[in-house]
Amino acid sequence: MATWLSENSLLLGLALLDGLAYAALVFMVAVGLNLVFGVLRIVNVAHGSLFAIGAYTAASIGLFFASRGLPAWMGYVALVLAAVAVGAVLGPLIERLLLRRIYGHEDVLQLLVTFALFMILEDVQKLVWGVQPVSQDAPLRFLGTVDIPFGDDVIPFTAYQLFVLPGIALATLIALAWFLRRTLTGRVIVAVTTDKEAATAMGIDAARIMLLTFSFGAGLAALGGALASPTTALVPGIGAQTIVLSFAVVATAGLGQIEGAALTALMIGLGRSIAVYFAPEFEVVVPYLIMVAVLLVRPQGLFGVIETRRV
Amino acid sequence: MTEAVTRRAALLGAGATAGSLLLAGGGAQAQGKPSELRVGITTFLSGSASVFGVPAKQMAELLFEEINKAGGIGGVPVRPFFVDEAPGTDHLVGEFRRLVQNEGVQIVFASISSGSCLACTPLSDEMKKTTLLWDCGTQRIFEEAPHPYAFRTQGYGTPEVLAPLLYLLKHKPDFRTLAVINQDYAWGRDSWELWKAGMDAMKPGVRVVAEMFPRFGATDYSTEVTRLLAARPDVILSTSWGGDLVTLLRQSAERRLFERSTFVLPIAEASMQILGRTMQPGHIIGARGDHWNNHPSPKDPARLKRFVDLYRSKYNEYPIYPCHHMAQAISAMQAAYAKAIAAKGGGWPNDQELANAFRGLTFDSPTSSITLREDGQGLEDQIVGLSSFNQQYPFAVPKDMILFPAAMVSTPVGQKSVDWLKSLKPDFLNQVPAPIAG
Repeated sequence: MATWLSENSLLLGLALLDGLAYAALVFMVAVGLNLVFGVLRIVNVAHGSLFAIGAYTAASIGLFFASRGLPAWMGYVALVLAAVAVGAVLGPLIERLLLRRIYGHEDVLQLLVTFALFMILEDVQKLVWGVQPVSQDAPLRFLGTVDIPFGDDVIPFTAYQLFVLPGIALATLIALAWFLRRTLTGRVIVAVTTDKEAATAMGIDAARIMLLTFSFGAGLAALGGALASPTTALVPGIGAQTIVLSFAVVATAGLGQIEGAALTALMIGLGRSIAVYFAPEFEVVVPYLIMVAVLLVRPQGLFGVIETRRV
Repeated sequence: MTEAVTRRAALLGAGATAGSLLLAGGGAQAQGKPSELRVGITTFLSGSASVFGVPAKQMAELLFEEINKAGGIGGVPVRPFFVDEAPGTDHLVGEFRRLVQNEGVQIVFASISSGSCLACTPLSDEMKKTTLLWDCGTQRIFEEAPHPYAFRTQGYGTPEVLAPLLYLLKHKPDFRTLAVINQDYAWGRDSWELWKAGMDAMKPGVRVVAEMFPRFGATDYSTEVTRLLAARPDVILSTSWGGDLVTLLRQSAERRLFERSTFVLPIAEASMQILGRTMQPGHIIGARGDHWNNHPSPKDPARLKRFVDLYRSKYNEYPIYPCHHMAQAISAMQAAYAKAIAAKGGGWPNDQELANAFRGLTFDSPTSSITLREDGQGLEDQIVGLSSFNQQYPFAVPKDMILFPAAMVSTPVGQKSVDWLKSLKPDFLNQVPAPIAG
């Protein structure tokens, strides 16, 4: 084992860098899904659509900026604008018109309603953006590449992949933990999560908190999509691909667990990268192998604790 | 007349067997022209493969509109019935039966996915309904069993892989290492098996330094790109397509992978417009046929221009290869009906007569002409070239093109593709024609 590690240390180093970037993207999507479940107790299948719409919106705004000759750094403004727009517009719309009517209903009804919404939003994407791949890479190009030494060679990585993605994911994790535990609104969210009836009896406007939380979760999904957009080509079905992986993360982490989502995303990111280098046949199944392995040992998920607060 | 019979039969379906429905439909056709020629078309209308399916549908609608304006086929207007392949083969099999039994289609176009075609061809046998395999590429269709009612109106996997391989062997004969990165589904795996068989036969000793099959629909290839950068293969093969290929190539360009390795991309054509200047010059690109919009010597230049302009005027994009494949199927259908009607002295053909008309049929495509072999497989030439940029197109098009005659790169009737490819010798390269101007 030690010999193998020594022989492959350079490749493992590359795998670590790739894994961190991938984990960052996975975390950004899954954390929103986890937050929404923790507070609303709804498994939102349409979360993948919010990711996709965030990505498409970021690409559209970025392409618009580019067509106006605006500087390349405005591509980053496009990413933030897209996340805010989706969170502020679609989030309240979906929560008010649909989710509010199904709180507390059977899981199967919630799944059906959010799945129907997912299907509708998939078609909306096709109507608005068509079926041909959409892409814009201004944020990527703006920061350029960094050459990482690799023996006598160098391997170019994009600075976006090395610094921006992990940096934003880490900042999001810290900010979320601080927000939920150190701010009044965050504590109110935790109170509603823990016991909605008791929180309401104490004068907390639970309906408003749920609206706020869902919109925030939608914004996080959109931000995940926006951050992914410079590196990928957006096509129909991208939301479906995302939601499957997000569910695996959430189930592994424990529903409602933010730190768990971060750790799981990291495990999946690193596991997948190492698989690509040393056992590519397993790349596709690595996230699910990790999920199965964790759930066999801890059925409630890595950080899940039965009947305790979920945020 | 057909419509009336089948509609009534559908309403009374509780008491009618599928056999009686078929007999009723067949009888109606045999007596005279139907009020409309119903065409069932299976294509991807949703999901990631809709990047091919929707442009093909749009092309079909444009062409049917033109045909109907000109009086239809044999004086009968054409009416398409589109079905989405995306829900999967179980759903598609049901839809195929519905199209035939309930909608009374006289002919079916199926499909983009090889899995869909493998599911539909046995149905064409069972229901005796002429089925044109309009886009799928699997070599298994006609190599594993005869299908008297199925015809493929374009090339297929073997020539589409062999032609770029031959081009590589001519263009870069000294390569020693190769990596493959294909989508993890039937085409990705099958095309690699075909390539490997041919490469090992004609250039033994090439070292495969990486075999990667990322998830179909993967949104990030950065890890794979890093591995390829580290492995430094002389050649990188990818038969991927759609968003997957665009993502792979964009990330490769961003990280200078194009500078280290020569890419071979047999299905690149459909992604060139999306990639624009991101695609790098000097890499080997194919189009699943000879249907480049900059075909240097089309059979009828005016016809190709008309075809391209028709699509561009409506959608402001150049037609990609699925549009060409759809046009080929429609052209084949027109030619077969004309042949069958003439053979019947002006009468409308029944299912058997229509199928007979397809065997050995030669029909025009927007770029050339295609002949259907005795096993139902279409012989379509392949053009492969090096990516390059010119003043006319804002995206990469091929230069130094080689036109591979279909008969040269297609598996002979009665043989299995992998076995045939394994039997090729290095001197097979001597048959490769010289590049054509363009």
